[in-house]
Amino acid sequence: MSAPRQIRLNVFRHNPQDPASTPHLQTYLVEEAPGMTLFLALSELRERQDPSLAFDFVCRAGICGSCGMVVNGRPRLACRTLTQELPAEITLLPLPAFALIADLSVDSGSWMRAMTERLQAWLHAADPAPDLSRLEARMDPDLADQIYELDRCIECGCCVAACGTVQMRHDFVGAVGLNKIARFGLDPRDTRSDAEFYDLVGGDEGVFGCMTLLACHDVCPKELPLQTQIAFLRRRMLRAGA
Amino acid sequence: MKIVYTDVLVVGGGLAGLRVAVGVRRRGLDALVLSLVPPKRSHSAAAQGGMQASLANTTKGEGDNEDVHFEDTVRGSDWGADQPVVRMFVNTAPKAVRELAAWGVPWSRVRKGDREVIINGQRVTLTESEAAHGLLAQRDFGGTRKWRTCYVSDGTGHAMLYAVGDQAIAHGVPVHERKEALALLRDADRCCGAVVRDLATGELVAYVSRATVIATGGAGRLYRVTTNAVICEGMGAALALETGVVALGNMEAVQFHPTGIFPAGILVTEGCRGDGGLLRDAAGHRFMPDYEPEKKELASRDVVSRRMAEHIRKGHGAPSRFGPHLWLDITQLGRAHIDRNLREVKEICRYFLGVDPAEAWIPVHPAQHYTMGGIRTRHSGESPTLRGLFSAGEAACWDLHGFNRLGGNSVAETVVAGMIVGEFVADFCQGPGGEISIPTALVRDAVAAQQAALDALLGGGTESADAIRVEMQQVMTDRVGIFRDGASLTLAVEALEALLLRSRRIGVRSNAPGPNPELVTAYRVQRMLKVALCIACGALAREESRGAHFREDFPRRDDAHWLQRTLATWPDPAATRPTLAYEPLQVESMELPPGWRGYGERNHIEHPQTPARAASVEAARAIPGLHRYDLQRELMAYRHLLPPSLQGDNERLGEPLR
Ligand SMILES: Cc1cc2nc3c(=O)[nH]c(=O)nc-3n(C[C@H](O)[C@H](O)[C@H](O)COP(=O)(O)OP(=O)(O)OC[C@H]3O[C@@H](n4cnc5c(N)ncnc54)[C@H](O)[C@@H]3O)c2cc1C
Repeated sequence: MSAPRQIRLNVFRHNPQDPASTPHLQTYLVEEAPGMTLFLALSELRERQDPSLAFDFVCRAGICGSCGMVVNGRPRLACRTLTQELPAEITLLPLPAFALIADLSVDSGSWMRAMTERLQAWLHAADPAPDLSRLEARMDPDLADQIYELDRCIECGCCVAACGTVQMRHDFVGAVGLNKIARFGLDPRDTRSDAEFYDLVGGDEGVFGCMTLLACHDVCPKELPLQTQIAFLRRRMLRAGA
Repeated sequence: MKIVYTDVLVVGGGLAGLRVAVGVRRRGLDALVLSLVPPKRSHSAAAQGGMQASLANTTKGEGDNEDVHFEDTVRGSDWGADQPVVRMFVNTAPKAVRELAAWGVPWSRVRKGDREVIINGQRVTLTESEAAHGLLAQRDFGGTRKWRTCYVSDGTGHAMLYAVGDQAIAHGVPVHERKEALALLRDADRCCGAVVRDLATGELVAYVSRATVIATGGAGRLYRVTTNAVICEGMGAALALETGVVALGNMEAVQFHPTGIFPAGILVTEGCRGDGGLLRDAAGHRFMPDYEPEKKELASRDVVSRRMAEHIRKGHGAPSRFGPHLWLDITQLGRAHIDRNLREVKEICRYFLGVDPAEAWIPVHPAQHYTMGGIRTRHSGESPTLRGLFSAGEAACWDLHGFNRLGGNSVAETVVAGMIVGEFVADFCQGPGGEISIPTALVRDAVAAQQAALDALLGGGTESADAIRVEMQQVMTDRVGIFRDGASLTLAVEALEALLLRSRRIGVRSNAPGPNPELVTAYRVQRMLKVALCIACGALAREESRGAHFREDFPRRDDAHWLQRTLATWPDPAATRPTLAYEPLQVESMELPPGWRGYGERNHIEHPQTPARAASVEAARAIPGLHRYDLQRELMAYRHLLPPSLQGDNERLGEPLR
């Protein structure tokens, strides 16, 4: 058996709370183990080499969206990235576009909440609420599956980090926001009309701001059909705004 | 000193905490949620398989109702559950799943007509009725007699958490993210909030509230191999324990899930077996029917995990560089089914194992999965020993699950408890004891005490927090796992006590302002050790086997001596062990008196009152013409315990409302 690979991890370091800290890359050496993910590598690094390193993992199974970071130039979920798929030199940066907490940890949570509030991205159900003792309202099984397809977004922020428009317009809602509008627009339980959705995303901070560079589509860890959804939403909003 | 005021402080932004918050908001109170992470990243998001609610929409669910769900849950608990609480739960679960449907959860739906499924390794055609078309679908899960588990493909927890999280936003509930409750604020026997650390800045803040709800989830990370998220460290249990007066119930009841992928411990859902997946050994032999001819792969989790461990011990595990494991085979379900209903499983196999489960078997091994024990509460969610303190969800022990939780009953519990406990919290705040007056000096002292404890960790101790944590996890996995015995548990308790003493001498190297992850590990491991000791001491004292608690030296369930709930408290902060007390379960009033579960060993020791109670239950059942609701009320009245809005019956296709 060949000797395990030595990996050079160049990790972005900065603690904004510490006046003495300046942003820099710090290099660590880690011995690769079989099946090692970036979650395992960073955890081992923190346990054995540098207990001050800040990063975010929660489910470590690619489900919760906590660990988005830029891995060798590409936003992705670190927990399910196997080191063996990467070269021996790996550079890790925090997701841009979100406020930095420290090192690889960013505040995407506040961003997502603000976006949700701005877009009212929750189901606007009919009034009054149904009687919960009664049979539930029916839905076509295929439609339920289609809604779930768009509901699978995990708000990891990779699409926002990869977005060209966000760099130019800080109020752009991102593919994550547009996908939510598409999701609620598809759901017959949501009472909002296209005109009301237009008020939410019919401007340049919404669907007409998108420059169709579509990096969002390429980096989405859940492989959401962002490209088609944005195109579809744009046609729908053109009609609603006409 | 910064102080934040609110009516209801909810510690925990998972399904349980968020649903409580929405409930109290609807009653006109302010609620504020604290969470270690953005709430939608709470561990609830990881639930894949589904949520139990007896809707009986599918052919295989026909005849299901609250009664069947009740019996399955009590049998699953190995009679450890509180039966009136189980009744409250099964009556509310259909309402909860329907509420979530109205909030936008894209539940998978029944499609009329024929479809092929795999049952017990055989291809079978099921025909769904025209009448059920478009209603919520159910799948099969372990330990249930009917198909009862509602699901959203295999992203059920995610879809539920997003819907409830969005509702919390719609209701204007503030969530303070990256905030960790370190201690409860207490004025004599009244809880009035918490001392909270900002995980981004390191600042301590006091939150003062009329009611406080702990909904912090489970404690899986006490173990080295667990399906739980890295933030499931039992901090809510520790918050309660460190008051000295609040008890933890049945902490020794720890569930091990049969199918953690090997060796990482990441879960693949029980839905794999529910949908027809099989367990195989090194030789490719399907071994579960040899042990469990009735339920096979779909016996309850404690039983399947134990049989797997037993089979590995007999030398039938598949060898690997990390040790032996078994195989989960879902190839016969076919690619189309896997792509549609088991997508997360497919992704997990692809990313973490490099395996396509439509073609290759998945290496699996039982892994710690669920914390049945928790903060002991009444049926209302309120602590019987600290007024104003409530708990809900996995953190709580009101006690729905006893010694083994059924798959799909936990996410159901979170929202059901949220609905029920939310109402009781609001009642409490609006009732006679709902106001507080608390001296600022008390708040200041509580904050100062936490600051002093943090300063001590920064004060040059010699022990490493990470090393202690790893050792604790290893002790728990090696000695407080699936198979337990007195000698090994004694060693575990001694080792944990030694670690607890060492943890008082931890020295954190970095004192940079801000997040300081090493400091976080340090103060958490001190608390985790106390929770671990409650588990180990409870397991050592309980000289019987019940549900997930299996003692090789006491292999029988002993109702005569152990139909009791363990209550662990920690009155003396300097002690190295909890104080254990016991609360008997009342056989005389059980709707379902203790018996055989229908799977697993058939060798329990009977409680002296069981025959008499069983006879009177039989007599009541024999009364001709009694409607099932009336019979149920005869046996064990419970509806008065529910908030009025949740007392009603549930309509089903085959069962119109009375
Ligand atoms: C992989 C996996 C799959 C599962 N699948 C299923 C399934 O299919 N069906 C089923 O019924 N059950 C399932 N379960 C179990 C179920 O998901 C959990 O029991 C349930 O979601 C717990 O919800 P909760 O709201 O109680 O806690 P959680 O969702 O764990 O939320 C806890 C919250 O508390 C916060 N918190 C913790 N400590 C503190 C503190 N000190 N201060 C502030 N905030 C704090 C956290 O940030 C978090 O927001 C699964 C569990 C796992 C591990």
